[in-house]
Amino acid sequence: MSLFRTSRIIERQIDEFLDAVNQGALLFRDAVDAYLAGRLDEFNDKRERLEELEGRADHLSREVESSLYTQSLIPEHRGDVLGLLEHTDDIIDRAKTCLQRFDVERPDIPPAWQDHYHRLAHTAYAAAEAVVMAARRFFRDPAGVTDYLFKVHHYEGECDKIGLELRRGIFADPELDLAHRQHLRYFAEAVDRVADMAEAVADRLAIYSIKRRL
Amino acid sequence: MTLGVLFFLSSGLFLGWSLGANDAANVFGTAVGSRMVRFGTAALICSVFVIVGAVLGGSGAAHTLGRLGSVNALAGAFTVALSAALSTFAMTRAGLPVSTSQAIVGAIIGWNLYAGMITDTGALTSIVLSWVLCPLLAGVAAVVIFLLLKATLGRAHIHLLRQDALVRAGLILVGAFGAYSLGANNIANVMGVFLPDNPFPDRELLGMSVTGVQQLFMLGGVAIAVGVMTYSGKVMRTVGGGIMRLSPEAALVVVMAQALVLFVFASEELEAWLLGHGLPSIPLVPVSSSQAVIGAIVGLGLLRGGRMIRLRPLGSIGLGWLATPAAAGVTAFVLLFVVDNVFDQTVARTVHFRVDEAVTARMEDEGVPASTLADLLGTETTNGLSLQKTLERDHALARHVARRVVGLAEVAPIHVDLVRINRDLDPDWLGVDQMRAVRSLAGLRFDHTWQLYDALAQASPLWRLREDIPLNRLWNKEVRQKREFLVRTFRDESQP
Repeated sequence: MSLFRTSRIIERQIDEFLDAVNQGALLFRDAVDAYLAGRLDEFNDKRERLEELEGRADHLSREVESSLYTQSLIPEHRGDVLGLLEHTDDIIDRAKTCLQRFDVERPDIPPAWQDHYHRLAHTAYAAAEAVVMAARRFFRDPAGVTDYLFKVHHYEGECDKIGLELRRGIFADPELDLAHRQHLRYFAEAVDRVADMAEAVADRLAIYSIKRRL
Repeated sequence: MTLGVLFFLSSGLFLGWSLGANDAANVFGTAVGSRMVRFGTAALICSVFVIVGAVLGGSGAAHTLGRLGSVNALAGAFTVALSAALSTFAMTRAGLPVSTSQAIVGAIIGWNLYAGMITDTGALTSIVLSWVLCPLLAGVAAVVIFLLLKATLGRAHIHLLRQDALVRAGLILVGAFGAYSLGANNIANVMGVFLPDNPFPDRELLGMSVTGVQQLFMLGGVAIAVGVMTYSGKVMRTVGGGIMRLSPEAALVVVMAQALVLFVFASEELEAWLLGHGLPSIPLVPVSSSQAVIGAIVGLGLLRGGRMIRLRPLGSIGLGWLATPAAAGVTAFVLLFVVDNVFDQTVARTVHFRVDEAVTARMEDEGVPASTLADLLGTETTNGLSLQKTLERDHALARHVARRVVGLAEVAPIHVDLVRINRDLDPDWLGVDQMRAVRSLAGLRFDHTWQLYDALAQASPLWRLREDIPLNRLWNKEVRQKREFLVRTFRDESQP
């Protein structure tokens, strides 16, 4: 039956999209690690792969949107699903932009603060991973979404704490001039923004999942 | 079939068209309104299954309507159906959730009053009871189905897209079932009044025997289908997007509950099963699909705490129970007068009532002394209602006893003709013993139907009614149907 075939195709596209976002967040984390360790070839390789994945995620998101409208599928939740995909796509988009800035601006991160950036990238990844899992749950088990949302909020809070600690430390560091301090702060915020995007998606998911429950 | 007959059927076909235009929205409205199912798909499925339901399952509810009043002239049936259609139209314009079931009942009672026939209070009571029962049952069914669906979906963890596809498929399947139930239950409204004067003879079609009733119901089903195809789209979109703003899953529950209730009130098979297991049966009565839908939605509303329930539709249902039959009854009475006196058409075949010795003797057996009815002996009238009133007023008989006398006094000249026995009776349907009993009466004449029934009961125990308990109801129903068939077959039309 074509109805079931169409929905199977879209299900697969949505799964692929979420895989792409998850994998993109992983590449983002590893690329930041590689940059901090000075492995620039590895960093560039991961950045390029992330850019490809971001393009793929965009394409999948458009395909799903087009199918949902042309086939008039899930009329009750179409807006929510498209909003979810669009905002989840922003996570990988933000990660890509962040890595491109690293590539272009090549910030000089003193060894004393590298651990903070490392922790920040890992926690932002954890938030993104949790929100992708929550998004998967939304499609199959809306009641189970809240378990993951709790994790997203936790990791985003951790990111805020690390970011604040980092900014305080940078601006208190007498060895850094103002321009350097501002440059480092800018990158702390850029990495933190990935977690902020994850939290924005989580906030939407909380409402969508309530609407999805019968 | 002449053009004249087709003209007389036209009011029923109009009623069928309006039923299709309005009630199909109860089956597919939410699905089409929420764009889960395309109108073309909905209209096609609805049309096919309405016709199937009407032809295969329509006789149960029609039988109950027939008990209420047997409109015995084609012009009368035309007027009754027209009155129902007109009052349905007027009430719809007034914004009430109108029911063709209630309109036709009112119109039949209007005919009974005009023709001086007695309304069977037993049939009327079960019909009115079913109107109240219908939305209640739909509400309960909706709650049960909703809880089951919620529990299933909660455990199954089906993907949103897969669930959407399943709900669509479910809406189509349940819609088909709903259309079948609508056809089976509501065809009695459209064509029931034409049954006593059915112009279609039984015939063979592609090696299958198709009864006149089935042909009549198929014609009505086609009229409903035309209503669905031509006009229901607009109503469906209004219903789907307007008063019934439901999620597709809730829409599925509502349609399922409504279809189940209509099926329960139409299915002879279910009735047979219930009776066969000694369970109380539900009367087979045409009920309102609109009111079933409202009942189902209110049920879901109560389940969610009752905040969404608006009292206005509930009040409208109650008002509909009274206003619709009353409006249809008055319209029928007035129109029958016009058709009878202005257009000079026979709207009711004259039924004669004669209190003869057989009647008084039979009443004596039932505990009414012959002396009570002595001064009425030989009385003949064509107005059963006035005879009943005379018996109540002048002879101090209780209403049910007076009705019994009128029933016994109804004259129905019967001649058990051997040629007809051989030609018209189906030995497979009657069975050897019942057939033998009928043959033993060959050549006899009776003035009243009950005399034939008595003679049959004497000739074979298989023609006897059994004690009125649930277990025997199926048997009694079958015996009654066979006896009525014999009366129609052996009716001596040469005598008044």
